[in-house]
Amino acid sequence: MTEVEVKSPVHLEVRNISKRFGATQALADVSITFERGRIHGLIGENGAGKSTLGKIICGVYQPDKGQIFVAGRAVRYLQPRDAMRDKITIISQELMLQPYRSVAENVFLGIEHRAIVSKQETRKRFVELAKNTKFDIPADARVGTLSVAVQQQVAILRSLARNTRLIVMDEPTAPLTSDEAEKLFENIRRLRELDITIIYISHFLNEVLNICETVSVLRDGQLIHTSPTSCESPDTLVSAMLGRQFALTFPERVFPRKDAPVVFSVEGLSQPPKIVDISLEIREGEILGLVGFVGSGRTEIVRAIFGADHHCAGIFKLDGKPIKIRNPHEAIAQGIAMLPESRAKQGLLLQRSIIENLTLPHLEAVSRAGIILGNKERQEVSKMMHRLDVRASHLETPVRTLSGGNQQKVLFGKWLLVKPRLLLADEPTRGIDVGSKRAIYNLISSLAKEGMAVLLISSEHEEVLELAHRILVIRDSRVVAEFAGGTTTMDAVLPECFSTSAGGDERKNRI
Amino acid sequence: MNHIKNVEAQQGVSAIRTNISLRHLDLSSLRDYGIAFSFVLLFLLLSFSSPVFLTKGNLLNIVDQSALIGVIAAGGTLVMIAGGLDISTAAIFSFVGVVNASVALRYGVIPGMITGICAGMILGAFNGFLVTVGRINAIIATLATSILFRGIALALTKGFLIYNPDPAFAVLGRGSVGSVQFTCFFFACAIAILWFILSRTTFGRYIYATGGNAEAAKLSGVRTKLVTFITFIISGFTCSIAGLIMSSRVATGQADSGQGMEISAIAAIVIGGTSIAGGEGSAWRTAIGVLLLTLIGNGFNLLDWPATLQQAFRGLIILIAVAIDAWSRKRAQ
Repeated sequence: MTEVEVKSPVHLEVRNISKRFGATQALADVSITFERGRIHGLIGENGAGKSTLGKIICGVYQPDKGQIFVAGRAVRYLQPRDAMRDKITIISQELMLQPYRSVAENVFLGIEHRAIVSKQETRKRFVELAKNTKFDIPADARVGTLSVAVQQQVAILRSLARNTRLIVMDEPTAPLTSDEAEKLFENIRRLRELDITIIYISHFLNEVLNICETVSVLRDGQLIHTSPTSCESPDTLVSAMLGRQFALTFPERVFPRKDAPVVFSVEGLSQPPKIVDISLEIREGEILGLVGFVGSGRTEIVRAIFGADHHCAGIFKLDGKPIKIRNPHEAIAQGIAMLPESRAKQGLLLQRSIIENLTLPHLEAVSRAGIILGNKERQEVSKMMHRLDVRASHLETPVRTLSGGNQQKVLFGKWLLVKPRLLLADEPTRGIDVGSKRAIYNLISSLAKEGMAVLLISSEHEEVLELAHRILVIRDSRVVAEFAGGTTTMDAVLPECFSTSAGGDERKNRI
Repeated sequence: MNHIKNVEAQQGVSAIRTNISLRHLDLSSLRDYGIAFSFVLLFLLLSFSSPVFLTKGNLLNIVDQSALIGVIAAGGTLVMIAGGLDISTAAIFSFVGVVNASVALRYGVIPGMITGICAGMILGAFNGFLVTVGRINAIIATLATSILFRGIALALTKGFLIYNPDPAFAVLGRGSVGSVQFTCFFFACAIAILWFILSRTTFGRYIYATGGNAEAAKLSGVRTKLVTFITFIISGFTCSIAGLIMSSRVATGQADSGQGMEISAIAAIVIGGTSIAGGEGSAWRTAIGVLLLTLIGNGFNLLDWPATLQQAFRGLIILIAVAIDAWSRKRAQ
């Protein structure tokens, strides 16, 4: 790199970047200029494409279309190592540290001076680096014993040891307490003094407004605008993030009868720090929506109800009778079903057939004395495929080869073969096309109409607002607000979700 | 306008998909049917190049020679599909042989067999306990227990062979129906039962689910630990059947018999195309894998090729099988 390039005010530019994952257009024609030595925020809802853009900049993903320029020079990164050569690194939520090695060893891992590593030498280098950058971390501490916040500093130091000039930070405050976040902001400002460019990815408005000088808003993979933060307020950002989303038609909402009996209730569900004293009840035919950001505790609540995770306190009642749920097997036996948030990791056996996936939770319904009744199984599965309109060439097709929407329908089918009393649906429409989404909205709504109790979680808040009969807002592992469905708007609900790390604690006592 | 863009994009994606699935097809179909193809090829090759090969005597001999490994591999296949691995099979095999021979000496043939089978299943249950409740990696746990089991067998026999001259004791291993050895029936039964479990029972489905995606299986109500536990007991059972046959055939219980059989059994399963990562596999694969390994040895003998090369050749075959599994897995992701 020559002197002239180093002084160019534009550090990095992405031009017309597009990226697609399967059926999802993660980024569409995005162009942003990042100035040298600035803190540039990328903000948007979950799935807006901000993390994808960050990963493209550091070579984790490759764009389908578009170009990247570093100091005016066109680059093409095939792997993170290529970006590192241009002094660009990412600090993602997974910090990729070696937990059993010391801080100093982690910082210099891969850039040792010699093949035979001397402890004193490493230590000396570390002390020098720490002095120059004013980070105060014990050199010999084992990384695994440090708090997440300090580990994050180790990751930052590791970047600095490689003379990084641009750091992408992906949701860095998500795992931190508010004090730790404050400390992080100090460190970020210090990095700016070192003339390092920061791309700060977050969905916390206040953080971005406080710390960034420029902000770009993404929505549905598109760049809405880039502007100085001095011209923005939380309101302008929220409206830019949400915008007018493409018209999804939702089924008409049929509220459960006023006297509908409570199907399921839980009292005092706790597993600190992830779940703190949650009580809720769901009536027959009711869709209860849980709204909150990733990490708010909403998924943990659902998993605890299903017995997938341990809980240390909480009383469950099904149809008024107390029940015990220690594992998913018991939950299923009680008539509870869960669509997990990750279809591929938790929901389906991707290399196995549709038929095997569909009947797995309720094999007893299509078998006798442990022996599967082949014909009956095929009939039941065909019926379900028809009902859910799953498009596949035949029942033996491996689920892996289906589109996201069809996979999701198979996942639904798994739990409808024997009708549950309570359906826990965590992100039922993640990563699927609009047509399939609509089909799933209709399905959820009709299941409720038939009397099923549904607990719905979605990062697409509009879905919850449009489908749910009642909405609970989860923040910091607690229920912080309740809204009635049908009369609530996004503007009322969203502020309750925001804020954990940066101001907003004043709202905590609202309920 | 937007709509048109969408359609174009979708076409693009489906083009990419076909491309990927075509490339994927090559390797995975090689894994699917490559083994059957190689088996047939080797079979034909030997039929043409050796006049002895296609005789009834030689073919039965091949099945007989495959039987012990085949029975052990049948249980091992269940363990492997469920995501585990049992390295202690040969140790259980010899342990059961010792138990069988010594109990039979004192109390008769039938009590010897029953005690032997019980002992094998208890050792299998111990393995299963370590892997599920103890949460020890299956390879490490069974590696340790294989040394432990052999050690106990050695201590029980004080290093001596347990010789049982009772003719009744030898019937199981040496008996035959016409010219077909009992062992061939055991092999056939083991594969048939394996097939039945895997393709016709709920337990088979649970095994595939546990090995294919343990988290998804758990969230579907499958008690994955129980499934794993039972597969280890079954493996202990099949090892003990093989152990009974062997001790009966040589009329001896011997603490250090069957050395290396565990590796042959695992190799046979993997050569067949059952995934070492779990979640995939079937009975016919294991049957062919076992027979192929024997066929190689048989071919070397018949063609009078240097026996010293045989082991290297087998190693190469195993390596190719495992490589194909690993590569097709990577493509699939």
